[in-house]
Amino acid sequence: MTHQYPALTAEQKKELSDIALRIVAPGKGILAADESVGHMAKRLNQIGVENTEENRRLYRQILFSADSRVKKCIGGVIFFHETMYQKADDGTPFVQMIKDKGIVVGIKVDKGVVPLAGTDGETTTQGRWSGCGVGAAGFGAAGLTRCPAGLDGLSERCAQYKKDGADFAKWRCVLKISDNTPSALAIMENANVLARYASICQQNGIVPIVEPEILPDGDHDLKRCQYVTEKVLAAVYKALSDHHVYLEGTLLKPNMVTPGHSCPTKYSPEEIAMATVTALRRTVPPAVPGVTFLSGGQSEEEASINLNAINTCPLVRPWALTFSYGRALQASALSAWRGQRDNATAATEEFVKRAEVNGLAALGQYEGSGDDSGAAGQSLYVANHAY
Amino acid sequence: MTHQFPALTPEQKKALSDIAQRIVASGKGILAADESVGTMGNRLQRINVENTEENRRAFREILFSSDASINQSIGGVILFHETLYQKDSSGKPFPALIKEKGIVVGIKLDKGTAPLAGTNGETTIQGLDGLAERCAQYKKDGADFGKWRAVLKITSTTPSQLAIQENANTLARYASICQQHGLVPIVEPEILPDGDHDLQRCQYVTEKVLAAVYKALNDHHVYLEGTLLKPNMVTAGHSCPKKYTPQDVAMATVTTLLRTVPAAVPGICFLSGGQSEEEASVNLNAMNQCPLPKPWKLTFSYGRALQASALAAWVGKSENKKAAQEAFRKRAQINGLACRGQYVVSGKTDTAAMQSLFTASYTY
Repeated sequence: MTHQYPALTAEQKKELSDIALRIVAPGKGILAADESVGHMAKRLNQIGVENTEENRRLYRQILFSADSRVKKCIGGVIFFHETMYQKADDGTPFVQMIKDKGIVVGIKVDKGVVPLAGTDGETTTQGRWSGCGVGAAGFGAAGLTRCPAGLDGLSERCAQYKKDGADFAKWRCVLKISDNTPSALAIMENANVLARYASICQQNGIVPIVEPEILPDGDHDLKRCQYVTEKVLAAVYKALSDHHVYLEGTLLKPNMVTPGHSCPTKYSPEEIAMATVTALRRTVPPAVPGVTFLSGGQSEEEASINLNAINTCPLVRPWALTFSYGRALQASALSAWRGQRDNATAATEEFVKRAEVNGLAALGQYEGSGDDSGAAGQSLYVANHAY
Repeated sequence: MTHQFPALTPEQKKALSDIAQRIVASGKGILAADESVGTMGNRLQRINVENTEENRRAFREILFSSDASINQSIGGVILFHETLYQKDSSGKPFPALIKEKGIVVGIKLDKGTAPLAGTNGETTIQGLDGLAERCAQYKKDGADFGKWRAVLKITSTTPSQLAIQENANTLARYASICQQHGLVPIVEPEILPDGDHDLQRCQYVTEKVLAAVYKALNDHHVYLEGTLLKPNMVTAGHSCPKKYTPQDVAMATVTTLLRTVPAAVPGICFLSGGQSEEEASVNLNAMNQCPLPKPWKLTFSYGRALQASALAAWVGKSENKKAAQEAFRKRAQINGLACRGQYVVSGKTDTAAMQSLFTASYTY
């Protein structure tokens, strides 16, 4: 703690900061199209489509063929490894298609979770090991116990991805709320691995998106989620400080503060907004340029309404508050496609529609799909001292 | 980390938050008049005044009996224990005299430093024993906020991990106890300006210290909206050969705060350390003009930098009361302008000239 040994030059800092600001420019958010092979299996299964490499390529092509309307609402796209090296029908690499729209390319660099022994089913996250391509399971696979947990070779992989067109990365850690969790160990270990990942990314010119997801599973109420989120984020930012991470060149991808899925109490978008923004104000330093929420289990509309409420909430918000949505941007597109080439254009249109809605929500300008005028919404903000 | 056991009710939170907001309301800062008996001795010696209880009382009376309009620049006053129980010449208790001007009364709560064995002369702060009872009593006697000063220093081996962690922890315990008794805690982790280190080094250390402080406050379940921070500005050490402009100081300081102080904290009230009255005002002004976002108030909690001229005008003579009050009023007004970024330094009128002084010599 006594002396500084600068991790980054002034030029490196500027590059990272510029990338981050481009991704979260006003009205823009992120398309999380980085579903692993196993994860895509679930999505494709639901629409009766076989999980082949070609189908995954065709599906991503639908998203990436969106016209210039997405330029004003999508600042970045997160890729899965396989997708980084796929091309459109006409041979254009996907990476190039995205960059040609002025959108920043990102890459998922984690490889799912491994157990933390001695805990109540808690986990940490490991990195991808070199040579791993398609075929490995996504997250939550118990059989990964024997795999190296950690950040092995991450630096080399980052350097390669940077050469291949990526300017940001994503690493997802997972925590859960139950009677005994998250434990101090789980919080500390996940915060630490996120900080190591972030530090390594920045050394290679890659902006790290830091994702400490607290799952919405459970029957806990809004207050409990807020409490846990505050503890987790405080630990994350202490770890980032300890690891000398340049905050202006990072982004945060947290959960919104919501009740558990099976919580009997219902909350309004305004209550979710107040709880979420309060938690962030207490933990996320203003130097962080943007907070890009994950959508978790939320529906497309729910995710947009909540994001909009967050952006109209009457508390001072010193960072951009926007989206990094997977399912909440793609659900309609997937069901419009159903694996049929003839449906491709209609499917792309569904995606563009959701992208534009979320772009408005990121500006607090989305009026909802018909019900509840803005004025009715305002009166629902509960006095902030209750949070 | 699993369950919340709320430390404060919503009513308690609101009360604390309201107090904090009043202290740092736009254009207002704090008069730190909490010099201990020993420190007052130093001040009085300089103007050849004997360090008696009556002289200490007389000088504080001069400050506190200023015209009520002082409340446009002063939102809070920090008192030393002795002073809280002193009265003006008409028999009115000082807390009442201050409160009737709409100014919040605060009390110094720490009991000075104690050594940390095994370190390079580093210290922690005493005062936690019986703190809850003392807070309750001070609250009854008119105080609404507390102050606790931790001290760290920069050398080739300090501050150590232990010193940072121990002082952060003590600050968090103090803050937690204060809030339980309706007092807003001012959290003061001072990094001394002694030394020949440069601006960059001070910035680095300040970032590490503040990160530790806010982690400790979070661990101790402190309600940030009901606290204030009193940090050092980020400056070069006193004996650093390199000179920096107010704009350099401002950029380094605000950058540091953006990286460590959550937006929920309502206000940051800088200590003046060894700065002269004018230096402290000019630097505060530069902070408020600096082109970085500032989600908290940036204001002052000055002792010497508000009182030096007043002391020199008084020199212990009651006939100098008006002159002393005018000197104090002037500094208060100037600092009130500085915390709005509106202080036009006499002699320098060209803001363009000021702007060009932002140094790109290093990236913050």
